[in-house]
Amino acid sequence: MNLRAFLPFGIFICMVGLFAVPLLQGKDPAILPSAMIGKKMPSFTLPVAAGAGQLSGADMLQDNKPFLVNFFASWCATCRGEQQVLAAFAQKTGVAVYGIDYKDTKKDVAAWLDRHGNPFRATGFDVEGRVAIDFGVYGVPETFLVGGDGVIRYKHVGALTQADMDSVFGPLLEKTK
Amino acid sequence: MKALTVILLLLVSCPAFAVLPDEMLKDPVMETRARDISKQLRCLVCQGEDIDESNAGLAGDIRRLVRERLTAGDSDAAVLAFVQERYGDYVLMKPPVKPATWLLWGAPLLVLLAGLAIALRYIRRLPKGGE
Repeated sequence: MNLRAFLPFGIFICMVGLFAVPLLQGKDPAILPSAMIGKKMPSFTLPVAAGAGQLSGADMLQDNKPFLVNFFASWCATCRGEQQVLAAFAQKTGVAVYGIDYKDTKKDVAAWLDRHGNPFRATGFDVEGRVAIDFGVYGVPETFLVGGDGVIRYKHVGALTQADMDSVFGPLLEKTK
Repeated sequence: MKALTVILLLLVSCPAFAVLPDEMLKDPVMETRARDISKQLRCLVCQGEDIDESNAGLAGDIRRLVRERLTAGDSDAAVLAFVQERYGDYVLMKPPVKPATWLLWGAPLLVLLAGLAIALRYIRRLPKGGE
């Protein structure tokens, strides 16, 4: 039998495999890997979203315990519904959740947090989106897990679901100090 | 005549730029550098475009950031590194040459060599001496 006759077919099968694997993994190509994982959280100081005062990276590190940083905005439709998930996670694990309000107005964010719930220990107000750039954020919502040592461990892009908390954030948090 | 008018109008019209006048630096040399750097940075939201031609909000923010870094005295390479540190290799329109990208950069050469090998084999098999 002439094996060479099957060569084009073989190449075809290889191509199918090459395309099928990423498709079947269900990876969204719009979700980009974060370059910040394993790096120190950038230092920053922001005004808080409600009232007077400031929120800085140093404030978040005060407890020496891992915490979550959630970038959101009141104009972001995908961000609705994350608040309950984050609040439940904070209650269950005792982890602190900080919010960073991206390119918003203080009036809008206050009303929005009243309506959808406020899971945040404190919320920074990043009106220019500069802190977001330092975190490598390219859209809201994005959620970071940061260790008590200030090193970024994980980033989730898009809305958080209970399944994300149970299968990813929960186990990661247990491993993080 | 109408067609000619359309062609003439197309020739004199200028394309709409994403870079807004208030973003531009006063120093033309610096502005050229900024434009050059912007063309090497990918827009993360639109993904096919560089930030120089993208109208996305984040692209505008990074354009402003590039100009700020330049004004602060950074070299072109330092500005690119600044953005790359935050957004990874993906943000560079041209992926850097490193072990993970050797196959990517070497693929055209590999294909060329494979083609040459096939061509050589074919030529050798041709009957000798005649047309």
